[in-house]
Amino acid sequence: MRIGPNLAVILCWGAAVGFSQPAPIVQPGAPGKPGKSVSAAAAAKLGVRTPVEADVEFMQGMIHHHAQAVEMVDLLRTRGLRKDLLAFGERITISQSDEILSMKQWLTERRKPIAPAHDHAHHHGNGGAGMPMMPGMLTAEQMAALAKAKGSEFDQLFLTGMIQHHIGALVMVEELFETPGAGQEPVLYDFATDVDNTQRAEIGIMRGMLKEKR
Amino acid sequence: MKRTFIGGRWAVAIGLTLSAVGVWSQETGKAPGPPKPPSVYTNPRAGAGDPRIGLKGGLHDAAEAANGMVRIATLPKPPGFAPGDPNTTPPEPPTEEQGVGGGGGGRRPNIQYGSTNSDLAFSGNHLFVGNYNGINFYDIDDPGKVKLRTSLLCPGGQGDVSVHGNLLFMSAEAMNGRIDCGSQGIPLPAGYKPPPPEPPAPNAPPGTRARRPPPPPNPDRFRGVRIFDISDLAHPKQVATVQSCRGSHTHTLVIDPKDKENVYIYISGTGPVRQADELAACSGGDPEKNPETALFRIDIIKVPLAHPEQAKIVNSPRIFSDDKTGALNGLWKGGTHGEGTQTTSVTDKCHDITVYSALGLAAGACSGNGILLDIRDPKNPKRLDAVSDPNYAFWHSANFSNDGKKVLFTDEWGGGSQPRCRETDPMHWGADAIFTLDKGKLTLASYYKMPAAQTETENCVAHNGSLVPIPGRDVLVQSWYQGGVSVVDFTDPTHPFEVAYFDRGPTDSTKKGMGGQWSTYWYNGYIYGAEIARGVDVFKLVPNQFLTQGEIDAANQVHFNELNVQNQPKITWPSNFIVARAYVDQLERSGALPAARISAVTAAMEKGNRGQLQSLAKGLEKDSAGAKTAADRERMKALAGILKAARR
Repeated sequence: MRIGPNLAVILCWGAAVGFSQPAPIVQPGAPGKPGKSVSAAAAAKLGVRTPVEADVEFMQGMIHHHAQAVEMVDLLRTRGLRKDLLAFGERITISQSDEILSMKQWLTERRKPIAPAHDHAHHHGNGGAGMPMMPGMLTAEQMAALAKAKGSEFDQLFLTGMIQHHIGALVMVEELFETPGAGQEPVLYDFATDVDNTQRAEIGIMRGMLKEKR
Repeated sequence: MKRTFIGGRWAVAIGLTLSAVGVWSQETGKAPGPPKPPSVYTNPRAGAGDPRIGLKGGLHDAAEAANGMVRIATLPKPPGFAPGDPNTTPPEPPTEEQGVGGGGGGRRPNIQYGSTNSDLAFSGNHLFVGNYNGINFYDIDDPGKVKLRTSLLCPGGQGDVSVHGNLLFMSAEAMNGRIDCGSQGIPLPAGYKPPPPEPPAPNAPPGTRARRPPPPPNPDRFRGVRIFDISDLAHPKQVATVQSCRGSHTHTLVIDPKDKENVYIYISGTGPVRQADELAACSGGDPEKNPETALFRIDIIKVPLAHPEQAKIVNSPRIFSDDKTGALNGLWKGGTHGEGTQTTSVTDKCHDITVYSALGLAAGACSGNGILLDIRDPKNPKRLDAVSDPNYAFWHSANFSNDGKKVLFTDEWGGGSQPRCRETDPMHWGADAIFTLDKGKLTLASYYKMPAAQTETENCVAHNGSLVPIPGRDVLVQSWYQGGVSVVDFTDPTHPFEVAYFDRGPTDSTKKGMGGQWSTYWYNGYIYGAEIARGVDVFKLVPNQFLTQGEIDAANQVHFNELNVQNQPKITWPSNFIVARAYVDQLERSGALPAARISAVTAAMEKGNRGQLQSLAKGLEKDSAGAKTAADRERMKALAGILKAARR
């Protein structure tokens, strides 16, 4: 329904004398172009965006990616030496575990599976549980080396491995936004930019730890 | 351009990995431990008996707890913003056949809360509520019966909003924003076939996949600041779209007191940098490799009020640059401040900037730093000071005290969607940090955090707030997402305390939900809250042990014609007995004046005896020098001033 000026006057009058009229819903056009009125029924259908395949892949992949970080911190608890690194590892676990929950919920609410049912694409080595490797993830060989190391050797492997791992997350975010049509769903957009912020900061901290030479 | 940058980043990563070998077997001997205790005062956590603990959850039927304020109205979000009608979109269980992104074509996702409400702006009797899907205009002639006036649909990010005269400004940052406000996002061109993916670089780390080709540039995409003409509230028209390289996460309206013809908009962009073939001259990357990078700067739009359609970016100052070396990334480069301290983001962007034009100052909450800017020339802000803090993850927003001697910054630890007010989350993380400001230098004085522990399902961290104009005190009403509203007194910057609060139970006590207060601001006697999931809330203050009716009445003497909280107005109070009463109440509460003097002043004001008032004013002026606190000294002087000027 197009609301003309006359009707708008009537609506104002209606409101003044207590009639209940719905407020206009307007979708303005580009500058210089006319806007349009939208019905409440049509507007109600705009409530949410449906994610595209790359959005779903990003969330599924990032769950897998985050899970490896949690696995690495599990090793750190028994094999690491640096106490500041142990405390930092706990923070990584808290943030990545919180985020895994958020991602699983995002997928569930959108009726998408937590993990891809079938995957034939880009399978690099053993990522565990039949999942593909995500950028930056440690290979089976790297994880085995980490699981064997102890003390300061472990700490160094953990730091270099986690930096590699986190840089992979930044690549995943960048790939998401570079994918045509992807990254347009608001919750996912906020989540992905926050992953970028957080992991960038954590990389900075780990770089600092490597430089501290303790 | 972009590809070259990515190659460069990998080179850096690999270089770091290799350099690690050189420090292979260093030892450490420091004890682990809980987070480092802060060096300054932090308010204590509330006890288990706090009424906010254990509130029943629910979207529209959650239990509530309040003290010092009451909720007088809530208006749920309208169609286009509200959750879909469950009667028309029955839930569909997931099926085994659904593969990657498959199976769900055309089905509505099961989202409970609709699109997120965000920031607020006020003009006359109108309230503008930003939302990820657009802006809703409300009539607030009668705040207890807040009414929807117009819904403007225009998606593109969180929809930060400001208003000035007939112009309404809106931030767009997300990838789905369109110049024409369309809701369809940016579909691919018909018949588009992506070029073959590039193989990973030969030295790329394990797990690197063939890179996807970048999306084709799209002339319909909009990321930047939109300007609407709202002279006819029922028919808002878009008059300008000012594109920027990172889009606009938030923006700040800046009014130069010396310039009546233009206003300025500071753009804070936090999203990815666009490609040059979509918006000319945009490129990202490390400033050491790319001096033209769109990171490490803010963008400034000049808006000619007579011709808003001519609005454009007039400067992109490098406010993070190092004075001595000229390096663009002169501030905090990220890293740890020591064991047990908080993660800090690399400072390459501001999240929000609050300008206080009356003082020619701005406080920028700029990811890894809090910064202070001289904005006397609004087109050319100059950095005066920068602070970092070991307990801050993400500098998010700022408020000045009215006298400009304090700045309260917030830390959005966890990005706003995570629960960070649990019993296990330290009180000085995800909190406010209160700094004193003296001669252009910021000094940390204390931390404040909404004190009642929240549950695992409630997103909670420090967020947006505004001053409550109680004369004689510095009081801020502040949003804590699902931690509700907390009103904090920071008159004494070393000992902030809670004055009033409002809280609801979780939107859903069985799983994480994004809800709660995004922005909660005082405007002309009422407090308005943008509740992310539940709609618009309206509150008013009521007296309690920390707040008198006299102080509330005095705050209500202040009237704004327009309010954009990040363009902080200088508050002035009329010289009358209503305001005087607030000072009397405060001097009584602090014990600065004995009961006999309080009664004498009260009686003299009731009788309006000029001689008595003059004599009391003289006494107060004289005694103010001996007041125990600076706050009481100022209150006595202000009270004396009112009594002296009283006529009758």
